[in-house]
Amino acid sequence: MNWETVIGLEIHTQLATQSKIFSGERTTYGAEPNTQACLVDLGYPGVLPVLNSEAVAMAVKFGLAIGATIERRSVFARKNYFYPDLPKGYQISQYELPIVSRGSVVIQLDDGGQKRVGITRAHLEEDAGKSLHETFKDQTGIDLNRAGTPLLEIVSEPELSSAAEAATYMRKIHQLVRYLGISDGNMQEGSFRCDANISVRPSGDTELGTRAELKNLNSFRYVEKAIEFEIERQIDVLEDGGKVVQETRLYDSDKDETRPMRSKEEANDYRYFPDPDLLPLEIDEALLDSIKESMPELPSEIEERFAKDYGLNPVDIQILTASSEDAKFFEASAEGLDGNYELAANWNKGELRAALNREGVTISDSPVSPADLNNLLQRISDGTISGKTAKEVFEAMWAGEGDADQIIETRGLQQISDVVALDKVVQQVVADNPEQAGQYRGGKQKLLGFFVGQVMQATGGKANPAEVNKLLRARLDADEN
Amino acid sequence: MDRLTVSQLSAGLRSGEFSSEELTRQSLARIEAANPSLNAFITVMAEEALTAARAADRRLASGKAGPLTGIPLAHKDIFCTAGTLTSCGSRMLANFVSPYDATVVSKLADAGIVVVGKTNMDEFAMGSSNETSYFGPVRNPWDMERSPGGSSGGSAAAVAAGLVPAATGTDTGGSIRQPAAFTGITGFKPTYGRVSRYGMVAFASSLDQAGTLTATAEDAALLMEAMAGFDARDSTSADQAVPAYSSMLDETLAGKTIGVPQEYFDEGLDSDCERAIRDALDVFVDLGAKITELTLPHLALSVPTYYIVAPAECSSNLSRYDGIRFGYRHPDASDIGELYTRSRQEGFGAEVKRRIMTGTYVLSAGYYDAYYLQAQKVRRLISDELMRCFEDVDIVAGPTTPTPAFGLGEKIDDPVQMYLNDIYTIAVNLAGAPGISIPCGFSGALPVGLQLIGPHFGEATLLNFAHHYQQQTDWHTKTPALALNDGADK
Repeated sequence: MNWETVIGLEIHTQLATQSKIFSGERTTYGAEPNTQACLVDLGYPGVLPVLNSEAVAMAVKFGLAIGATIERRSVFARKNYFYPDLPKGYQISQYELPIVSRGSVVIQLDDGGQKRVGITRAHLEEDAGKSLHETFKDQTGIDLNRAGTPLLEIVSEPELSSAAEAATYMRKIHQLVRYLGISDGNMQEGSFRCDANISVRPSGDTELGTRAELKNLNSFRYVEKAIEFEIERQIDVLEDGGKVVQETRLYDSDKDETRPMRSKEEANDYRYFPDPDLLPLEIDEALLDSIKESMPELPSEIEERFAKDYGLNPVDIQILTASSEDAKFFEASAEGLDGNYELAANWNKGELRAALNREGVTISDSPVSPADLNNLLQRISDGTISGKTAKEVFEAMWAGEGDADQIIETRGLQQISDVVALDKVVQQVVADNPEQAGQYRGGKQKLLGFFVGQVMQATGGKANPAEVNKLLRARLDADEN
Repeated sequence: MDRLTVSQLSAGLRSGEFSSEELTRQSLARIEAANPSLNAFITVMAEEALTAARAADRRLASGKAGPLTGIPLAHKDIFCTAGTLTSCGSRMLANFVSPYDATVVSKLADAGIVVVGKTNMDEFAMGSSNETSYFGPVRNPWDMERSPGGSSGGSAAAVAAGLVPAATGTDTGGSIRQPAAFTGITGFKPTYGRVSRYGMVAFASSLDQAGTLTATAEDAALLMEAMAGFDARDSTSADQAVPAYSSMLDETLAGKTIGVPQEYFDEGLDSDCERAIRDALDVFVDLGAKITELTLPHLALSVPTYYIVAPAECSSNLSRYDGIRFGYRHPDASDIGELYTRSRQEGFGAEVKRRIMTGTYVLSAGYYDAYYLQAQKVRRLISDELMRCFEDVDIVAGPTTPTPAFGLGEKIDDPVQMYLNDIYTIAVNLAGAPGISIPCGFSGALPVGLQLIGPHFGEATLLNFAHHYQQQTDWHTKTPALALNDGADK
């Protein structure tokens, strides 16, 4: 039988606010346990939550970026359950009325096509603290630094149909929240993680199969591997005549398998109800307008512009717009290279990325600045140096020897493009090699390479190859007559 | 010194007739003498009070004192006070020393108030008799075998017995007005959001409101000027200027209208209470006000509605008492489940557990729509109905309670009877409206309370009506025999 997979993702992205969502406490990652938890975060008797407006603005930005409805009135609700790292015994979240609903993003498929993935909703909520099971022998430590950290939970429609699509969608959302500057997207630190709902059904069926939920997937690779495993597992169960159990499962990356969480932990009735400590969140026109004005250029807009303004192909565009830092780097390095943007694209995705990968540095920390690269590309473009020489200059720039012009100057790397000077060399070379000249004229056209080589040798490799070609042809052809 | 009002004491302090330290010492002496029998205080803060009194005296001497500087006051033990036990009447918090001050506490401290102690209360403010307190019931100074009402029973008894001139309270379903009525004093519950809830241990967040227990409406006005106002730490506090209540007390009542709901005079109302209320209404007629009858058909639904909404919120609010970070923890739990269960089982009393269970039930999947959601709709009906009255009348008046103070032990085993005692006060909380109870006579030897209800932010109007009444009558000056016999002149 052929099987069809249906996947929906719930992505939790930590918002990059200065302070927590309902208190003034800082949210810096990695602080000593329980040093960033104030009385509100600790759920002390009598304390009250106050909503962080920065978190609201970030959620609205996300909503605008996915073309969603920004709900003018949304409501915070309490999700009640007991857990030692949940200080109040409830998590403040949004339930029936989220701040963002009905949006979508377009993802690039492997076959070159595109797919629009619906986003059901995105809502604001607070994170819980952490239970440290490994730090103390036979005891559990509680670190409440993370308690109250703002999260935006982004819930997709069940419209993803493979592990690869799910990973592509997750990357797309990751790219978007980073473009918007609303999250650092740091997956190691848990700032961007997801739960996946997965079910399979016989191809062509319209009814959804029973789903399993995979919790806390915190890398693109794990998302893909965990979903792949889970799809296979469910198909095996069904093909053996069994039934998929609706349950929550965890992915074990060491064993590359999923297994059920203890069923006890999910037998919760969360008893959601509107939080009486917080008024409904109202978003008026003025606030919406001010957030609209502060919106950065979106990846989709940049992609469109890169195609139009620079004439780049879709593959290059994907690479060069992966992050806003990438896009900004490209644009700055391509400035003034009218008609030669492909050169800039090639250098950005070629030499630059090779060097970044080799040294393990991010583009923001590149020792060669966009202006440096632009300088180098200008010299290639105006014929001062050849592409080959440019690689040497780039390495020198990377090593901190100065900008392109300085390096070309001190190393004497300028190409000879002076036609009169070059023609003298060409004339001499032709005169010194009458035998080859004769053969060339006799029809052995590939001997042109020999002559180019001779000219290059005579000029120490600095002759402009294009000019040399032109001059040699002219001289050889002319002397025939 | 006899029992004096806050405004009289304020004048005496300013004229140098007595010092804050003398006043505070007298208050502490009266507490020491009367508290063993009344049980009105959970904590007495003698040392802190005397330090604050001496500071107040210095400020008085420097001429920089405000109207409340140097006035002794007791806080209901529901308000967090930094460095002092804040028990909320519960074993759960019987070891909880708050690291911070509630906004009400800090505002009154800024106004120069001298806090002499923390008063007894029903556990987590859940109760109408003060019998649910982990620290034992408070006794009514008018009759030691009777309840002072609840949940602010300790505050009410302390003021009625003259131990302090004023106390703070909280009112979720009548917890200021009912004890005020039972003890013959003035109990004022402002509009929801008028006073910050920050630092007030939550019972039912959408209903809880801080207020005052004083001898007079004038005193309530003076305290309100210091307590009320927007607080950025409470999202539900009202961002509205605080009027100068005490300067608006004398505005004439001529031409004003009082609405009297017929439902407040149903068969459940004690006949002596009814007579006292009718007499009180006549006083307002003499003052130039008009009386008009009105009807609140949904009033009877307020008790069942309240006993869904309040427990629902409390079941969630009290989840934080899990034995992990503060409060009572069962000493020998073998795992986390047992730690929760035993800590909560042993830390909470019967009434609190009853409400947590009720609240958990009404919020459960499958019951939410039938109970919680339905109750919210009815709450809106009750609220709209009450608020519509103010299109035609300035205030609504009626009894605060169906009967005067009942006996200790009389209703504690019958929760429904206990709950029905709040029939006249609860609708006010459901509507978020302000209400005041003022003494208006006696049923036998027990005081009777007249309740006045106003529109949202109609505090000034209510205080104005109450003050005029107290200018014409002397019920608010009556004190129980105990007040001045026990230790008053030590």
